[in-house]
This record gives sequence, C-alpha cells and structure tokens, in this order.
Amino acid sequence: MRFKLIYMDNGATTKIDENVLKTMMPFFTDKYANPSSSHSFGQDAKDAIDKARGRIAESINANDDEIFFTSGGTESNNWVLKGVAFAAKKEDKNKNHIITTKIEHKSILNSCKWLEDNAGFTTTYLDVDKDGFVNPEDVRKAITSKTILVSIIHGNNEVGTIQDIEAIGKICKESKVLFHTDVCQSYSKSELDVKKQNIDLMTLNAHKIHGPKGIGALYVKRDTRIMDWQQGGSHEKGMRSGTENVHGIVGFGEAVKIAKNDFKKNNKYISELRDKLIKGIMENVENVKLNGPDIKENGNKRLSNNVNFSFSAIEGESLGGYLDQKWVCSSTGSACNARTLEPSYVLKAMGLTDEEANGSLRLTLSKFNTEEEIDYVIKILPKIVEKLRYISPIGKVVNYFKKDKKE
Amino acid sequence: MSVHLSEAILMLKYSEETMKRFSHPKYVGEMKDADAVGEEGNFKCGDVMRIYLKIKDNKITDIKFLTYGCVAAIASTDALCETVKGKTLEEAEKLTWKDVVKGLGEMPTIKVHCSVMGIEALKDAIKKYRNGIKPVFDDEEPCCEEMRKIGKVNE
Repeated sequence: MRFKLIYMDNGATTKIDENVLKTMMPFFTDKYANPSSSHSFGQDAKDAIDKARGRIAESINANDDEIFFTSGGTESNNWVLKGVAFAAKKEDKNKNHIITTKIEHKSILNSCKWLEDNAGFTTTYLDVDKDGFVNPEDVRKAITSKTILVSIIHGNNEVGTIQDIEAIGKICKESKVLFHTDVCQSYSKSELDVKKQNIDLMTLNAHKIHGPKGIGALYVKRDTRIMDWQQGGSHEKGMRSGTENVHGIVGFGEAVKIAKNDFKKNNKYISELRDKLIKGIMENVENVKLNGPDIKENGNKRLSNNVNFSFSAIEGESLGGYLDQKWVCSSTGSACNARTLEPSYVLKAMGLTDEEANGSLRLTLSKFNTEEEIDYVIKILPKIVEKLRYISPIGKVVNYFKKDKKE
Repeated sequence: MSVHLSEAILMLKYSEETMKRFSHPKYVGEMKDADAVGEEGNFKCGDVMRIYLKIKDNKITDIKFLTYGCVAAIASTDALCETVKGKTLEEAEKLTWKDVVKGLGEMPTIKVHCSVMGIEALKDAIKKYRNGIKPVFDDEEPCCEEMRKIGKVNE
C-alpha cells in the first residue's frame, strides 16, 4: 500500500487548488466555445479570458492590455529575449548586448546562448555572492551603449534568493535599458508592483501557484519595443497568435485570485514551516550547511517555501532516492541527477565546491504541507544522512603504502 | 543550432531490481583487515567508489564497498560484489559491465558510467594486490586534500 505522499517539490510544480479546478471544468464541457467566435457563446469565453487578464494585471499593478497569455514561463522567457533582441536590432544594428546572471532559469540562459550562436548577440552573465544575491551596482557597471536588455530572475528556483529588483529596475530606468524579471517562483510569495519596481517585462506562470500547467503570461509595458512572437490569426492583439487556452487562462485567473486573498496568511504559515524545517535539520545533523539567504537576518529575502541544504560526504541523488522510498518528494543539485552530469550551475555560481553541490537537497513547501510532515522529515532525514555517510568512503582513510614508506 | 541527442532521450527511471538493491545493499561497509583496496571516480560528477577485498589462495573470499555515489552506483556495485565473491582474481578481472548489470533490468543510459565504476575499482584493487601495494588504515591522516575539504563543509 502506498503511504500518504509528502510533497516537498513545490519549486518544480504545485498541486492544483480544488477551487481552481472547479472554475476550469465548465470550460471543457459547457462553455467550450472559441473566444474568437462572434456568437454570444463565444463571447462568454472571451469574457472569462478578460476577467482572468484583469486579475493578473491587478496583482502586479499593470494594465489589462499589458498582459499576454503564453504556454508558460519558458515560452515567456524565450519571447522576451528574442522579441526584444530582434526589435532592437531592427532599429539599430549596433545594439547587441544583453545582461543577465549566472543563476537564471535554463530558458533564459539557453535563449541567450541561442542569440549568441545564431544572431550575433553578446551576453554578460553577472556573478552572485555566496547567498545568491546580485549586486545592483554590478548591473550599472555592465551596461554599455550597446545594451538592450537586463534580465534578472526575481526569486531563485534552487536556493530561494530574492533579488532587489526595485534597485535594479531603477538603474535600468536611469540607463534607458529595458528590464525583464522572471517571477515564476516569487509570484504569490513576494510583493510585485511593475510601476514601483520599474519593470518593463515580466514572466509569470500558473503551475507554481496551484494553477494548471501549460499556461503563463508575459507582462509587456505599453510602448515597449518587442517583436510579435507567434504569427497566425492575430490573437493576443497580434502578438501571440493561436486559439486561447481558455480553461488554462480561467484557472490561472482563479489561482491568482486565491493567492492574492491568502497572501499574508499563506506566507506566514509557509515561512514558519520553512524555518522549523531548517532549524530541525541544522540541530539534528552534523556537517550541514544551508544554501541561500540565512533565515535569521535575511528571512524575508528568501522565498517563503525554499529550503536547500548541502550535506558533507554524501551524494544528493541517493539522498533523494531514500527520501522517495519514505514517500517524500525532493530534488537535488547533484551532478548525478543532471542530464549533463555537472553539478548545479546555480550552486557553483554561489561558490560551492563540487562536493557541496553534489551533496545538496532542495525541499520546497506549499500551503498544503503540514506541521506533522515537517516533523516526519526532521525525524527521518538525519537517519538517511547517517546511513549514506556510513556507505560513503569520504573521511575513511586508507594509505596504500606501508608506514615506513610514507613520506 | 543543435540538440544533444543523449540529453533528449534521457530516461532517469530505475528498474524495480535496481531500487531493491539500492534500498538494502548487502555489501556496503568498511573492511579494516582488507588485503587489497581499490578506488575509482572523481568528485565533480559526484561519484567516488572504493572496493575492499579479502583474498585467500587467489580467491576473493570477502568483498565490501563504500561509495560517495548515486542510486546506480550503489545498486550496481552491490550486484558486482555478489557476482565477484568466491571467484578467482582472474575470473574477477574478466567481468564486464554487462555481467554486472544483467540482473538489474534496464539502466538509464546516462547512468552507465556510474555502474562501471565498481568494476574499475575492483580492477584497481586487484592490480594493487598484484603489485604488492598493501593498504594501511590510518584514521589520523586524511589521504587527500579533497577529502579533507569535504569533511569540513560547515567550517
């Protein structure tokens, strides 16, 4: 019999909220019309999309006409990079420089690489400090006359570091360079205001905030120079054609509504669970290090749901494997878990050694986690670490020469 | 524009047999009276393998392993130990990767190298034994800089 699953991988995706699902269901069966159809049946679907668009715009203090729906965070990030790059190049051939960081999501890094390889753009990848923070002054220093865009992730998906996007946005505004931020992880966990924070472009998605997968959005400030992304029947004001994912959009809107209403309550609850888990593990395991901002001094600069440890002398995939057998879902920055067999580039950018990165474990919480689950993980995790350290050769010393031959 | 096929077709799902071995490995542990010790691997990819052998009359009478490694490394090396125990050094040397993993079901392609490490460590141990390199167990002195570092992550 399968025990009750303990899901602590909410940085990967979240469980859809039952109420979100309820609002989506009629759009599969009863209200299935195409929103582009002129009959009233079609107009009902269009109204539902407009309502969701309004809620999303309101949640980041934007205007409704600045929200464009996409298939998710990856698409929004691809659109931003390529759309802004080609629009700038069309206007001025010399404009070819992008600034980002070493700790972005792969959809940003690989889009930059694509622009470098195929369209003659250059990218500056900014360093971060040991806790994963970008120094806003580094952004200022990196901006040149050729710079078209600064793209910096708001809340980091691996270690939970929340960047000072207001300071970075101000610098970009002063330098007249577009500023994009990916808020997929921080949406519903940190205050967002595109006007106050001087944001020109913002990547949003639904499935990290208990909404459905396959739906996201891009906020584009009015009059921002960006190319249209997908050509067809002129949906999304001609910027991103394709029949709208109506049920997804409706679910996204509802997820945003719930997240907004419960913002304070949820974040207080989740960050308390986070702090309990961090303290519980630090007190019960030796040679463990918390990756990302410290909760005592910088608790509000860390995503409320993110926990990331490095355990010495053990390998993260095995750790996750034993947790999985206890029905705990986690993730790791270990090379062994990666397709490239390289340890996490985010942890490496923060200055962790290969050993530390390979021994990393990420636990990401949500409103559906309970205190009992935290207690259970605090109980079993130290035992698993102990077992793996027993299996590990590290620290168990063998010399291959007789003592008299030793140097 | 290129896509690395090895990445595209990657499958990281382990077989039931592999998971069973991983959950309850029978041959893990330190062997302080080993006649030979072999090592393989590096820290970067997250795998270090050590194999201990007890050898009598050219036969491997006992075998244990330690690993700083992943699910595949633990499971496949445990299977290797079972295969090797009781074999002569010559028989053990001839073992291939296929001999080891055949009882484990399908192994994710990218994980093959993790399961080869056990064999390499075994060969290293046999080579050292033949060359007369005897292990000395010394708890006082770390044997390399990297091990010293990792033991002190917290400092």
